[in-house]
Amino acid sequence: MAQGATGKKARPLSPHLSIWRWGPAMFTSIMHRVSGNGLAVVGLGALLCWLGTLAAGPEAYAKYAAFAVSPLGRIVFVGISWAYFNHLCSGLRHLLMDIGGGFEVKTNNMWSILTHVFGVLLTVAFWAILLLR
Amino acid sequence: MGNGTSIGRVRGLGSAHSGAHHWIVQRVSAIGNLVLTAWFAVSLLLMPNFNYITVHDWIVSPVSAVALSLLIISVFWHVRLGMQVLIEDYLHEAGTKFVALAALNLVVFGAAFYGVFTIARLALGAA
Repeated sequence: MAQGATGKKARPLSPHLSIWRWGPAMFTSIMHRVSGNGLAVVGLGALLCWLGTLAAGPEAYAKYAAFAVSPLGRIVFVGISWAYFNHLCSGLRHLLMDIGGGFEVKTNNMWSILTHVFGVLLTVAFWAILLLR
Repeated sequence: MGNGTSIGRVRGLGSAHSGAHHWIVQRVSAIGNLVLTAWFAVSLLLMPNFNYITVHDWIVSPVSAVALSLLIISVFWHVRLGMQVLIEDYLHEAGTKFVALAALNLVVFGAAFYGVFTIARLALGAA
């Protein structure tokens, strides 16, 4: 597939994208990509709207704040926070693996699953503190 | 350079001269993101409410304005590298890939500058 079709010198790029099967590590890898790119689009979009409406003044900001506490807004912001904590945890797993840790199958599977557990727990803790303060 | 197996096609080409730099900067910006977004998340939790006055007063303080600007730079840099990988993995046609990467550069730089500019505008008292 990705074996560059643009001439003799083309290098094979990511040749194994279509060769995989489900497993904790594969799921974590896919979710790392999904949460990262989701954050990049929705999360940074929300951050820039927040800054933009703040700079535009109290009325614009009030509209943003009203959306944030609406049911749709709640779904969006819970989604952003989950994507953040999920990407944070799987990112830390990446950094651990970069220094050579966690490659044994059992350890790797355990950290892959814990990544998602911690991601959800941190999201719940964040909203619990936010709503109960 | 052979034409058969994947390894046969890359043998003898030498280093691509760019992969390691991308990989390292992705990690370095990840560390920046870790520190700055953790500070931002804790800051949000420490705010008594998200009223305009509260948030405005928080954001115009030099520490908040500087840290939030650095967050924008670090995160958008990380996004620039991460979305490049996404594009390279799923867009295989050279022309489409070029257009997507060029568009990514424009959007990321434009969006990051917008973020830093709004913070500067608030912090310097223009809004």
